[in-house]
Amino acid sequence: MSSQPRALIVLNLVSALLLAASYYASLVYAPLEAIMGAVQRVFYFHVATAWVGMIGFVVAAVAGIVYLWKKDLKWDEISLAAVEISLVFFFIAIVLGSIWARPIWGAWWTWEPRLTTAAILEMIYLAYLLLRQGIEDPEKRARFGAVYTLLGGISVPVTFVSIRVFRTIHPIVVAGANAEAQGGFSMAPAMLQTMLFAIFAFSVIFVTLFWHRMRLSALANRVEQLKLKVMQ
Amino acid sequence: MSQLLPPSPDRPGENYFGAVAAVAWKDLTAELRSRELLSAMLIFAMLVILVFNFALELDKKSRETVTAGVLWVTFAFAGTLGLNRSMSVEKDRGCLDGLLLAPVDRSAIYFGKVISNLAFMLIVEVIVLPIYSVLYSVNLFNPGLLSVILLGSLGYVAVGTLLATMAVQTRTRDVLLPILLFPVVIPVLVSAVQASKGFLAGLEMSEIMPWLNLLIVYDVIFIAAAFMTFDYVVEE
Repeated sequence: MSSQPRALIVLNLVSALLLAASYYASLVYAPLEAIMGAVQRVFYFHVATAWVGMIGFVVAAVAGIVYLWKKDLKWDEISLAAVEISLVFFFIAIVLGSIWARPIWGAWWTWEPRLTTAAILEMIYLAYLLLRQGIEDPEKRARFGAVYTLLGGISVPVTFVSIRVFRTIHPIVVAGANAEAQGGFSMAPAMLQTMLFAIFAFSVIFVTLFWHRMRLSALANRVEQLKLKVMQ
Repeated sequence: MSQLLPPSPDRPGENYFGAVAAVAWKDLTAELRSRELLSAMLIFAMLVILVFNFALELDKKSRETVTAGVLWVTFAFAGTLGLNRSMSVEKDRGCLDGLLLAPVDRSAIYFGKVISNLAFMLIVEVIVLPIYSVLYSVNLFNPGLLSVILLGSLGYVAVGTLLATMAVQTRTRDVLLPILLFPVVIPVLVSAVQASKGFLAGLEMSEIMPWLNLLIVYDVIFIAAAFMTFDYVVEE
């Protein structure tokens, strides 16, 4: 319990290498975008971190449902770990997006569907953490957390649709050229490779962080038990 | 227990809708006698409109564009006040435990609370609308707008009742409800404001329909979700 398992140590190393490689890919390997120039390179990490943020949210909602079904506190720990990691990565994605948007759209922020939904998603994560903070009983905390991630998981797509009814200016890169999207571009093969590689790299990083976070909650539980033992 | 007693209006043990009605009736009767909640909600709603008057300088021109927004923010704030109060009364005096002991399906308690909370919200809205009409000389008596208010309040209360039940059981209960509720209820506010604005501006039905559809979809989805999860929120 005290030292990291060997697989995790390997995973740490692999994550660091993948991160370095995707830095290289996005800064050097990918060609310079013709119109936007160097600022477009932010895009690879923006997509990858946003991807991790979304994955974490789905994991949290699914783990919440499984918790309500199985009543095993393990699933609650999974939910919490996923939310904590996603909160950070989604925030990074929003900041990177702002850095890109300033020169391209001429503003750090616009009230556009994806951006607004992203901001609301962050708010739901924060509300989730605040809710958990206010409850002592671990079993009740897990139940309430699960119900809230479930509600959040349903409301986020509806929010997205509801704001989508207004016109969007966010580039829809993967679905191809969109006349309304300002700053959209078609990708060269090297760009696509870089993007997919960054997504892969950040997925591995997510798994690594997730494992560390699960170890942390296991250790915290152990400390809690030892404390109780000492007090008796 | 319930098998021994024949069902009657006083003992709605066997009858699901009877149980729902009993919970709602209990709240409405208590409120009719004390008028604590409604008066607080109403005065608060009037104050919000007063604050908006100064914050936004509601002159004739800006009124046309912001009336829908001002109304919905007012309803949302007054609604949170009411929801929090209606659930913390249950928790404080141990009424919730009593309700949970009753031999009825737990979701009956949820629907009963939804009906009474919706009634409080609608009463506040019915009083605020004419006052707003008089104060700002806008005609708000539009059947379309009233239907939007009904649908929007239903969605708001359906989620709000569930989250208020959670919020009052936490340490930070006084501040938690709006933080939990607002991010989840944004679709209701967006589509209710847009639909209300459409009706007030006299737009074509085809332009308003998407928002109304969204409200209906939200109401259906979230009533179903709350119906399924309410058990987990009151379990001890």
